[in-house]
Amino acid sequence: MSERSERIARVLREGLSASYVEVEDESHLHAGHAGAKSGGGHFRAVIVSERFEGLSRVAAQRVVFGVLGELMTSEIHAFAMSTFTPSSWSERGAG
Amino acid sequence: MPLEAAIRDRIQQLVDGTPVLLFMKGTRSQPQCGFSAQVVGALESHGAEYQTLDVLADPELREGIKAFSEWPTVPQLYIQGEFIGGCDIITEMDASGELRHALERAGS
Repeated sequence: MSERSERIARVLREGLSASYVEVEDESHLHAGHAGAKSGGGHFRAVIVSERFEGLSRVAAQRVVFGVLGELMTSEIHAFAMSTFTPSSWSERGAG
Repeated sequence: MPLEAAIRDRIQQLVDGTPVLLFMKGTRSQPQCGFSAQVVGALESHGAEYQTLDVLADPELREGIKAFSEWPTVPQLYIQGEFIGGCDIITEMDASGELRHALERAGS
């Protein structure tokens, strides 16, 4: 994990009471791409939280964007994510 | 940032008046972002009829669509006036078959 991805993971863990968070910094894959010039990084995250229980995918991702707040306009240029509830995560066999 | 009524009305008319509408960076033949390219690829793979709008060519739309959808990133897909999601959600829906169903329901 990069320092930035660790910081983002911490914000997600605390903001979502997440039981599992993994944030991959993929910025190096996009170096030189127009959007990367802004200084914001590319990240890919897996997030497991009870807060997603009963939410549509759109609603779950809105919750995540809400927790990330202004990081979305500063540190983060692109944020790909998969959201799971604890039960959907264990069904996936990855828990 | 509050969304000006004129921009909100413009976007509402766009999403209501277009069965399948993709807000993206670049055009379908020349996407300017990998995530936009991925969604175009998914729509193309279903032979979908869809319209695209290039937010890079329209700064008002670029900021406006984020506020309108309460979604901070582009691409964004609308089907029959409903916000479907961004690249991750479209990719998941493509894999699960939901995207094809949604496109069929829209007659696309």
